[in-house]
Amino acid sequence: MEAVAPPVIGELVNDFSLQVASVNGSGSQSSNLVVLRTMFQMGIPVSGKNLFPSNIAGLPTWYTIRASRRHYIGRKQDADFLVALNPETAQEDVAGLIPGAAVVYDQPLQLEKQRTDLIFYPVPFDKLVTGIAADAKLRKLVRTMIYVGVLAHLLQMDIAEVETAVRRQFRRKPKAADLNWAAVRAGLDYARQNLVKRDRCRLERMHETAGQIIIDGNTAAALGCMFAGVTVAAWYPITPSSSLCESLIDLLRKHRIDPATGKATFAVIQAEDELAAVGMVLGAGWMGARAMTSTSGPGISLMAEFAGLGYYAEIPAVIFDIQRVGPSTGLPTRTAQGDIGCIAQLSHGDTRHLMLFPGSVAECYEHAIAAFDLAEQLQTPVFVLSDLDLGMNNWISPAFQYPARPLQRGKVLTADDLNRLGEFARYRDVDGDGIPWRTLPGTAHRNAAYFTRGSGHNDRAQYSERPHDYAGNMDRLRRKFETARALVPPAVRERAGAGRVGVIAFGSSHYPVLEALDQLQEEAGIAAGYLRLRAFPFGPEVAAFVGAHEVIFVVEQNRDGQMLDVLKTDLAPEMAPRLQPVRCYDGLPIAARAISREIEAHLALLAPGMLARNAAKQT
Amino acid sequence: MATLVNPKHNRIGLEPADYKGGRTTLCAGCGHNAISERIIDACYESGIDPQRVIKLSGIGCSSKSPAYFLNRAFGFNAVHGRMPSIATGALAANAGMLGIGVSGDGDTVSIGIGQFIHSMRRNLPMVYIIEDNGVYGLTKGQFSATADLGSTLKTGVSNDLPPLDTCALAILAGATFVARSFSGDKRQLLAILKAALAHRGTAMLDVISPCVTFNDHEGSTKSYKYVKEHEEALQEVDFIPAAGDIQVEYEPGTAVEVTLHDGSRLLLRKLGHDFDPASKTAALDVLTRAHANGEVLTGVFYVDAAKPDFNSLLNLVDEPLATLPEDRVRPPQSVLAGIMQELS
Ligand SMILES: Cc1ncc(C[n+]2csc(CCOP(=O)(O)OP(=O)(O)O)c2C)c(N)n1
Ligand code: SF4
Ligand SMILES: [Mg+2]
Repeated sequence: MEAVAPPVIGELVNDFSLQVASVNGSGSQSSNLVVLRTMFQMGIPVSGKNLFPSNIAGLPTWYTIRASRRHYIGRKQDADFLVALNPETAQEDVAGLIPGAAVVYDQPLQLEKQRTDLIFYPVPFDKLVTGIAADAKLRKLVRTMIYVGVLAHLLQMDIAEVETAVRRQFRRKPKAADLNWAAVRAGLDYARQNLVKRDRCRLERMHETAGQIIIDGNTAAALGCMFAGVTVAAWYPITPSSSLCESLIDLLRKHRIDPATGKATFAVIQAEDELAAVGMVLGAGWMGARAMTSTSGPGISLMAEFAGLGYYAEIPAVIFDIQRVGPSTGLPTRTAQGDIGCIAQLSHGDTRHLMLFPGSVAECYEHAIAAFDLAEQLQTPVFVLSDLDLGMNNWISPAFQYPARPLQRGKVLTADDLNRLGEFARYRDVDGDGIPWRTLPGTAHRNAAYFTRGSGHNDRAQYSERPHDYAGNMDRLRRKFETARALVPPAVRERAGAGRVGVIAFGSSHYPVLEALDQLQEEAGIAAGYLRLRAFPFGPEVAAFVGAHEVIFVVEQNRDGQMLDVLKTDLAPEMAPRLQPVRCYDGLPIAARAISREIEAHLALLAPGMLARNAAKQT
Repeated sequence: MATLVNPKHNRIGLEPADYKGGRTTLCAGCGHNAISERIIDACYESGIDPQRVIKLSGIGCSSKSPAYFLNRAFGFNAVHGRMPSIATGALAANAGMLGIGVSGDGDTVSIGIGQFIHSMRRNLPMVYIIEDNGVYGLTKGQFSATADLGSTLKTGVSNDLPPLDTCALAILAGATFVARSFSGDKRQLLAILKAALAHRGTAMLDVISPCVTFNDHEGSTKSYKYVKEHEEALQEVDFIPAAGDIQVEYEPGTAVEVTLHDGSRLLLRKLGHDFDPASKTAALDVLTRAHANGEVLTGVFYVDAAKPDFNSLLNLVDEPLATLPEDRVRPPQSVLAGIMQELS
């Protein structure tokens, strides 16, 4: 007999967060991805976030899937639905739920005894799995897939879409697909016959994902590198950046082997450490290659001396920093935006680096392409600051666009140019934009060569300790940095707002900020303007935005308000007091609620009148 | 026979002046200057196109030397101890260039030992020269890690740690041409340099190069006097260029001939030792013995002309990666469309 769902008041249709608590290495990831894909195929905006330990197997891990008909694909603070598969954490997981949340759990855990304000759905996983496979090892692998079937019933998933998602997940292993599908069926049948729907979460077909893809930011960045024509990549493994270079290796092997000769149009080198990795990138960039490396905080720290050489000797390089929690080893599998201050001036002495801040997976792709162009146009290292949340989690996105413009290779003189010009001075500012011309090693001309050094040099690249040469060169580098303002991706005015309150954010805070702005508008009547930074140095639009608002909240995922500090150094001093920090640094992706709550609290304290005025405007 | 009397032009029509560098700023009599001169001679006599050379270094007096030879070659004076990584990236980006790296014993054996070992392991196609004076010249004479046990500084301070042997390290790590010479031994150094330039793979040359300012006194084991008195040559080294089909006479069993990548030959005439340069164990053995006997053993310790170099492992297209045109490095729109399809 099939259980019939009674009508529920306050249903959460395509608007809830589902958390799956399991053990690292237990195979739950396939089940999670099937749920994610099913929602996606049902046309519902969705995101998947993996909260995992720094460990290979055996420690607790949580996967959060959020369905949001309003396209809120950032983290939601509270889970509405829990799948408790890990006996170690089950009690704690249940204790942390908000009243009214639902729990699917392994029957023997008897979680129903713990609280009376939750909805419990016990499922005998072990009993159900015995019917599916005789082999104990296989049983262990497909056990978690049972929860997918249970959810399919409870959340009213389209069963045909679930099967499509399972078969897609195991498309290269038809036998495994059959087995997993059987496990889904077992869960589904059990739920239909035994569980009465009492919770508020439900799915319903939408049409919001047509033309969209699901991808993680690291794969997106790797795609960007390939379409940017990367030719040399050097790297040293580190979470959460490894998957960027690993994806890149797969892509290059597939798409960048010369069909005629079977030879590679790229070199990927696994270096002995990050110091060597960035050295290889600089060597290749000096030679004229499009070269990149990818790392995380600890690697950035090691690269400091070379970063200064790259800046001062003016060598193109693209360096991805997939930020994690630091200092030191910190929380290697948790997310942060904590390297901004460090990278802005990475190295000793007067150094300024270009930084790009992708705010979506699409921008991980686009900014990768832009980074190679900028590095060659400006002859300097370019840092792309992504993070673990953006890099390793699954995001929906409009399909990526093929690059519209050809590769921008910057100011390079050929042998013909040298014949025409007669002379060449490597560091002379002939165009007044601070960007000198360079030649590439191997140029067949007797005047092509110059000597690259990190020590003081004049504009002919000759060793010089003359005060005038040194200061003049540093001034030119500053001019070059000014030129960069107009070349980097400008900040985006995401929300117009009503004029008084502004929000500045960047990177993976973007989606949570959009959601927080809706909350502020709907709950407190605050119509805040929102400017999303995409690069440092900032363009004039940043100062204009700050100038146009009375108070500007700078949202970032670090303790010290690092972007706020960088903004202060770039803005007129009288602008600085307008900036207010909104920070999150607990290792979890920032959630909308934390942002809106803090902004409201700030405003109540700072400018109670403003809250009232904004509210008045609303009505 | 290997020492040519310089004619006005070499094989590729260039004059000795085409190989000159900037005026040296090192101390008069510094061993490093003699090495720069030998590099100039070797490149000129071997007919190497200076425009196809990249000269690289780290930081130190020794690492300044690339400015003093081959002005027409591109130079890269990197950061302290990290020249190998710059070379690795540069040579991957344009595998057609000839890399000449110059480092010091401090630059290589202390701060840079990690990158040194890994470049040897990769068998990076380049000539890697250590100008070895047993001290940090540029920071005014502290001991380096190649200083011998008991060797003294000018101040009388004695070194109480054993030296690291760069040749033994290079052989163990995977370098395929390993030799030691002396900046004061013109003939041997020139022959070894020419052979190293013809080798495909890492040619690691440790050249004892006395620091006249900080380590040339009585009690130093890297002084001109000490090295002259204790130098023991393993072989008499001759280089026979590929062109000209030159026959060399020697009694069977008295010399070893190694054919190098470009068809040139390295002729090693035995001097006392019965030595096989194809054997790593034999090389390590003579090096250990020489140490124990207080000899400064010079010569070619190890050659493997067959082992593939790093760039051949990378399976690169023939043209330099650095300048491949857009249509060879940016896949067409259809590739992106296919990938997007898969992800949708
Ligand atoms: C990171 C760093 N640490 C220290 C130094 C200072 N320093 C410059 S050269 C040098 C040692 C050079 O010794 P060696 O390589 O033997 O060269 P030599 O001067 O003896 O030829 C040191 C320690 C530096 N330049 N960079
Ligand atoms: S200090 Fe020593 S190593 Fe440096 S230039 Fe003078 S002699 Fe040469
Ligand atoms: Mg030295």
